[in-house]
Amino acid sequence: MVVFVLRRVGIILLTALTLSFIVFALTNLPSSLGKLAKAEGSVRMSDEEVQRWLDENGFGGSTVWRYGEWLGLAPGWTHTDEAGVTRGRCIEAVKTSQTPDAEVATYCGILQGYWGFSTVFKQPVSEVMARSLGATGWLMFWVMAVMVPTSLVLGVLAGMREGSRTDRVLSGVAIVTTATPEYVSGVVLIAVLASATAGVSPVLAEWGWISGKTLFPGTATSAMDDITFMNFFLPVMTIALYGIGYIARMTRASMTEVMTQQYIRTARLKGVSFRQVVMKHALRNALIAPFTVIMLQFPWLLNGVVISETLFNYKGFGWTLVQAAGNNDINTLLGCTVVAVFVVLVTQLISDIGYVFLNPRIRLA
Amino acid sequence: MSDTTWDPSKPILEIENLSISFFTRLREIPAVMDFSCSVMAGEAMGLVGESGCGKSTVALAVMRDLGKTGRIVGGSIRFKGRDLTTMGEEELRKLRGSEIAMIYQEPMASLNPAMKIGAQLAEVPMIHQGMAKADAWALARQIVADVRLPDPDRILQSYPHQLSGGQQQRIVIAMALMSKPALLILDEPTTALDVTVEAGIVDLVKALGEKYGTSMLFISHNLGLVLDVCDRLCVMYSGEAVETGNVEDVFDEMRHPYTQALFRSIPLPGADKNTHPLVAIPGNFPLPHERPQGCNFGPRCSYFVEGRCNAADVPMSLLGGTRRHETRCLRHAEIDWDAPPAASKAVAKMEPGKVVLKFDDLKKYYSVGSSAFGGGSKKVVKANETLSFEAREGETLAIVGESGCGKSTFAKVLMGLETATSGTIMLFDENVQSSPIQSRNMDTVSQLQMVFQNPFDTLNPSMSVGRQIIRALEIFGQGSSDAEREARMLELLDLVKLPRAFAERMPRQLSGGQKQRVGIARAFAGGAKVVVADEPVSALDVSVQAAVTDLLMDIQRKNRTTLLFISHDLSIVRYLSDRVMVMYLGHVVEMGTTDQVFSPPYHPYTEALLSAVPIADTRVIKQRIVLEGDIPSAMNPPPGCPFQTRCRWKSQVAGGLCDREVPPVRDLGDGHQIKCHLPDAVLAGMEPVIKMAAE
Repeated sequence: MVVFVLRRVGIILLTALTLSFIVFALTNLPSSLGKLAKAEGSVRMSDEEVQRWLDENGFGGSTVWRYGEWLGLAPGWTHTDEAGVTRGRCIEAVKTSQTPDAEVATYCGILQGYWGFSTVFKQPVSEVMARSLGATGWLMFWVMAVMVPTSLVLGVLAGMREGSRTDRVLSGVAIVTTATPEYVSGVVLIAVLASATAGVSPVLAEWGWISGKTLFPGTATSAMDDITFMNFFLPVMTIALYGIGYIARMTRASMTEVMTQQYIRTARLKGVSFRQVVMKHALRNALIAPFTVIMLQFPWLLNGVVISETLFNYKGFGWTLVQAAGNNDINTLLGCTVVAVFVVLVTQLISDIGYVFLNPRIRLA
Repeated sequence: MSDTTWDPSKPILEIENLSISFFTRLREIPAVMDFSCSVMAGEAMGLVGESGCGKSTVALAVMRDLGKTGRIVGGSIRFKGRDLTTMGEEELRKLRGSEIAMIYQEPMASLNPAMKIGAQLAEVPMIHQGMAKADAWALARQIVADVRLPDPDRILQSYPHQLSGGQQQRIVIAMALMSKPALLILDEPTTALDVTVEAGIVDLVKALGEKYGTSMLFISHNLGLVLDVCDRLCVMYSGEAVETGNVEDVFDEMRHPYTQALFRSIPLPGADKNTHPLVAIPGNFPLPHERPQGCNFGPRCSYFVEGRCNAADVPMSLLGGTRRHETRCLRHAEIDWDAPPAASKAVAKMEPGKVVLKFDDLKKYYSVGSSAFGGGSKKVVKANETLSFEAREGETLAIVGESGCGKSTFAKVLMGLETATSGTIMLFDENVQSSPIQSRNMDTVSQLQMVFQNPFDTLNPSMSVGRQIIRALEIFGQGSSDAEREARMLELLDLVKLPRAFAERMPRQLSGGQKQRVGIARAFAGGAKVVVADEPVSALDVSVQAAVTDLLMDIQRKNRTTLLFISHDLSIVRYLSDRVMVMYLGHVVEMGTTDQVFSPPYHPYTEALLSAVPIADTRVIKQRIVLEGDIPSAMNPPPGCPFQTRCRWKSQVAGGLCDREVPPVRDLGDGHQIKCHLPDAVLAGMEPVIKMAAE
């Protein structure tokens, strides 16, 4: 077990390293850097000025070297201008940390805990990430809280009597929700529930059932400070709907298969009631397959949050990623990459370990 | 128990004119028609028949668990006087598991893989008697001890996959006995198990039946087993009961042509491939929707009379005498039942020719990573240990042993699917022990072919029969043009006695026996000289088995093929083989001619194996030797003699030699080899296991 976990952790680190390098190299393409220089300095800079700006701001040198700086394996850049003011990666790192008197270090990368400075948010990346991940964490939590129980219940209900009317109705619903991507369901939800001119809101407003113009607000920005049912319902549902259909279908498939197993017949012919057959005998066996699917939803949720957060202007991880990508904010993008890699691989690890507990026949290999 | 209206002298289960149909989108398929039988208290009733005859359907009907498509369309099933066919779901639930319990064919599949054994057992009294959890577990522990499982506490805490097949089946039996049912339904309870394990289970079932006075409905295709276990017997054919009676009556004075044909098609002691060949039942089992008019067995019956047997449905008729012996045959009074089977042609015994295959000191070891996480030491599984023998042209050499004895590994090494660890295999004049099949030339491959166990999985489902045979011919480089190969393919179909029209059929349109014939045709496509038949008939019904074995023998005679017949079924081995090799845990423990192996002196394992095989003959008196425990794991074999953990003769060897040393191979004369420490005097004093009672 320990060896297994260690091996997986090794793989996680290796993958994070490789992926971050790829992202680093892509964001550090000369053309992107030129754009960055013009954005940070002046739009009218000449090519020489751009080059000088890049050299002065630590973007000179080879990509590998700068990747080493970012990692903290190579000494951070420094530059002393004509006025005698020395600037450098590590000096910024000290400036932004809470202990301004600390000695200026030579090495300052993520190994030392410094994630760089975000050019878009004018904040250290670590702060940006902490804030956005916190926000997204809540979103994810509520998505999972809605999605997992709903889909499992739907799947089990549909799967326990294959071909029954319940099964057909629920399967139909599941197919429709799975076939609708978030950018469609989000727009539809807004149009139906959060538009002052379309959907149900105008009708409800006319009848005087709601005080505002719309049933739900079309933005979730207020949820950054205070999460309420009203401001969180739409972003959560936008992400959850797709997953509900997907997981429900997996659960149903798994459940129908289990219900045809011989041990279910054994249980039935032992005199176990149908309810108990489902609860005690079928459920645990039926949940083994969906468990992996649920864990796989975590990385996929990262996807969903990009759309949902942008759509509802909720400043979480997805929104940050979109901003960073749009403005070639290298450090933030790299931060996002590392976080995403960890989320994906750690959930895989959890899923593998959880599998063992659900299925006594599996030993980790 | 709760029902006081039931009179214990009345039958506990009474099935009357039961008809069951399955409803598909296309049509109604009658599975069981006009079936009647009754089981008295404490009686064991056997239901015998081939697959598809409806015996399991009857069992499930008693449980009222026919699924969504099955329905009882007529008749009644009375359990203790109450009609089960009209009972509501809730009432049924109270009966299931408490008054009627069932034991299934595949123990692994019928236990919940994610629940501990204890929980699965304790559930029964908790549901039916509302017992407290602790009491239920205590009861479970007691019953587990009752079914003679070692270390009950550990077993209660295990999951099903941690037990062996035999142990799992004991658990299923224990589960059925948890609430002391009045009726126990056993659906082929030992089919998935090895013979020595089967013997143990059968003993247990009999003993428990006596102890608790449980009535039993015992479903099996194995007549020998039914003779062992049951008091009464009902033979089923194509959805109908054709003969019912006391076991002795039906075995010795059968009054239905099907029963007779069935007995003539199974290899009993005395049958011999040369002088007394088996008589296969001609034709095929009718499909449920293609049953003939009148007697279902008519088209295959040798006593068939046109216009009479196929005029109208045949009713059950009671024979004279007081022993409730019934038959569904119109002509039962006219047929001379004692007449010997018509003209079974005796054939001359074939003299074996030159040596074609020679194994010398062959070893096959596998190394297995012991721990799942890559740590720990590597373990070595010794699948084959020092295998030495020769096989001659035209000879049938049987390789006998239970699962895990290494017989399949041996076949794989010979075929080139694995390479040997050490030792040599000479095929004709060629060393093949270390050349995998990819590097063998086409000649070698086409001369050495295999007939597989399961004909259902070994044919490509999307290729026509003719195409598959032609494909084999192409690979073996037979024939120079497509037309030639086509002609050769049709000849091969003739050889395996399949109509030429079958070339166009798809495998799914064929019955099991027909598929196996295609498998045989494919194996002989390249003019094979040595054929390894890995349990070629064990997946087939008894009546088909005879025909397929006959065919194999026929082809063998024609081509002077060397046949290596791998089997666990000693009856069939005795019938068709010239020499026998008995394997246990990778060792050849005994080898000799069929007569030498089947008569004393035996290796102790052979003795137990012979005793364990159920024989469907009332005249046979067997010595009962039931082996304790399971076959040890090949990963962790016992030190010394591989069989010492279960050997009943161990005490006869002085100085604990069995614990320390692997016995040397001894020659008892005439090439009869045995791997045992027992002194000559003890071996000489062994009694035959199977004796015919004096007539």
